Amino acid sequence: MRCNSTLFLVMLFASTYSAASEPIKVASKNFGESYILGELTAQLLEQDGFDVERRFGLGGTLICYEALASGEIDLYVEYTGTIEQAILKLTERASIAELNERIAEKGIRLLEPLGFNNTYAIVVTRDVAERNGLHTVGDLATARDLKVVLSHEFLEREDGWPGLAAAYGLSSQVVGMEHGLAYQALNDGEIDVMDAYSTDGELKRYDLTILDDDKGFFPEYLAVPLIRKDLPARAVAVLRQLAGILDDPGMQAMNAEVVFGKRSFADVANEFLVNKGLADERLIVDAIWPNLVRNTLQHLKLTGIALAAAILVGVFASLAVFRIAALSRALIYFSGLLQTVPSIALLALMIPFFGIGMYPAIVALFLYSLLPILRNTITALTTLDPTLIRVATAMGLSNREQLRYVYIPLSLPSMLAGIRTAAVISIGTATLAAFIGAGGLGDPIVTGLALNDVGLILQGAVPAALLAIITELIFELIERLVLPGHLRVEAAG
Amino acid sequence: MTNCVEFRGVDKSFVFGPDGPKKVLDGIELRFPEGITTAVVGESGSGKTTLLQLINAVLEPDAGEVRVFDEPIPDQHREKFRRRIGYSVQGAGLFPHMTNRDNVVLLAKLEGWIDDLIEERYQVLLAEMGLAMDVSNRYPRELSGGQQQRVGLCRALMLRPRLLLLDEPFSAVDPITRIGIYERFQAVQDHEGVSAVLVTHDMREAVRLAGNLVILREGKVLQHGPPQDVLNAPAHEYVEMLVKEHL
Repeated sequence: MRCNSTLFLVMLFASTYSAASEPIKVASKNFGESYILGELTAQLLEQDGFDVERRFGLGGTLICYEALASGEIDLYVEYTGTIEQAILKLTERASIAELNERIAEKGIRLLEPLGFNNTYAIVVTRDVAERNGLHTVGDLATARDLKVVLSHEFLEREDGWPGLAAAYGLSSQVVGMEHGLAYQALNDGEIDVMDAYSTDGELKRYDLTILDDDKGFFPEYLAVPLIRKDLPARAVAVLRQLAGILDDPGMQAMNAEVVFGKRSFADVANEFLVNKGLADERLIVDAIWPNLVRNTLQHLKLTGIALAAAILVGVFASLAVFRIAALSRALIYFSGLLQTVPSIALLALMIPFFGIGMYPAIVALFLYSLLPILRNTITALTTLDPTLIRVATAMGLSNREQLRYVYIPLSLPSMLAGIRTAAVISIGTATLAAFIGAGGLGDPIVTGLALNDVGLILQGAVPAALLAIITELIFELIERLVLPGHLRVEAAG
Repeated sequence: MTNCVEFRGVDKSFVFGPDGPKKVLDGIELRFPEGITTAVVGESGSGKTTLLQLINAVLEPDAGEVRVFDEPIPDQHREKFRRRIGYSVQGAGLFPHMTNRDNVVLLAKLEGWIDDLIEERYQVLLAEMGLAMDVSNRYPRELSGGQQQRVGLCRALMLRPRLLLLDEPFSAVDPITRIGIYERFQAVQDHEGVSAVLVTHDMREAVRLAGNLVILREGKVLQHGPPQDVLNAPAHEYVEMLVKEHL
């Protein structure tokens, strides 16, 4: 009866899991522009009646691409320069046709570019441009006394300043500065020249001038829908409507709307589609409560399944090995080793085996949950009062009866404490699962980080913290229900 | 008269450390008569607990044979064999997570006794050991040491065993309470007709409870026989010392 109530909880957690249908899965990376482009493609498909599942905020190119290659997602918007260098690792410049040819073997194809080019850019204020007669990057070579400030990464990268300076014969003194701060400094006139991404919303807001890269030093980062070849033809046709539809200022404007106008990605994307006559206006409500409920349920699903599996495996493995000291130690060391792998790294390591989404997240959470359960259970089983074990044997209890009537009930407090620790760790760690598209309360956190939006971050962080506290309380209750004897023992002793 | 336990040339060694195996019991030849208590007296390290554990097959002899009620110990179904032998240990060894009642009736439930029978037997034992009914739903820790020890004896007696093994069950109880338990135990033993093997370091206790004495030292039997014989004619200076110092 005591064991049954634990089991019931496990089943309760597990029952929130259910299989999904087969919508088109649209992904984005975890920065603002990518979210907007994700919304753009998603809403366009929805306009045509497709069922769309959003897998936004995936943690980087590698994760998006692996997910696409493995069929975990159906499409996302990538940049040609990134495909060329980060995905295909080409040393030569390649045309879109060439990229398409190379990537075809993965079952992936590029559609026509959306139009804008989000590449590196060298920018100045309009005032500085006019006073110094600056039009092209090459003009910097002759301009005097300009303060050039660059982001640290751009300063180091071969395709950044070193290459650029060589290509244009620039000899300016340059210093490094954090990118976000540089915009403010440029606007305040403290610096004159900085690097930027050519579609940054700040370019529009501060009315900055991009110096023309007339020698074509910077590779092109044309936004292109990257899709699976098996995407239905009708969906492909729908997506093709985006070809050449969005230029640099257009993208800048949308980025600015999100960053400075505090509007949602969906709202900004919808407005664009409506203006282009591609979609009906839709009322986009900033649906905090439905999102909160959905994210919380997903979070519980992730941690619940992982925890249930860890309890089953952890407890049974402990019962199987605890009589053999060497094996017990090996098991604890192994699960301890897993614990030392940083969460985000463990999640990334799961991708080749389980793709992205819920499964790798569950596997990673499962592995993290094992240690506290295994260690507590094995320690409890191996440190029971030897007199009780001697009595249990001498009075004629079989091995199985000893487990059931002596070992398990006496180890239960420690076992439950381990499960409790595992549950709380899982709830915290599961917020990172959003990076691999598993959803949950990490979703608003990841988006909030991309937008530097504290409110959004709190929409994930606060419920996650509350969940952890509620879990603590529930376990306290379970312990009280399951362990009256022990509690009374503690009270008396 | 039949014997409840018989040792035929039993040796037992243990490996304690790097020095190799050490003989704990050496050529034990003993017969314990049925229906009375045999007390095995010795200090710690004498091998008395090992002797006890050979009787319920928790340990195997290296050489020789142990027979219980004139039969060899079965190779299989050891649990079944052990359930016919009651076992009580110093400090009672009650399971702390079970109520006192659950401790006592556990084996009867596992044996599939019907509830009425369990209840009847439980009531009788409780009364015989002088325990009030209100201990039933309490946990062992809530009882005094003496009460726990009596609950432990009830547990050992629950299945009406023909043989009881007592591993210093009275030594952790204060002397006054101990006298009370002795009396209860002797009354129950007479009533139930159960044979017992009592392991103790307390010569006074041994003489008080036993009809047969075995003096054990460093794995060897120094003397055995009815208590009066041992007291009147100690066969060894160690036995003489025991008699002088403890009585």
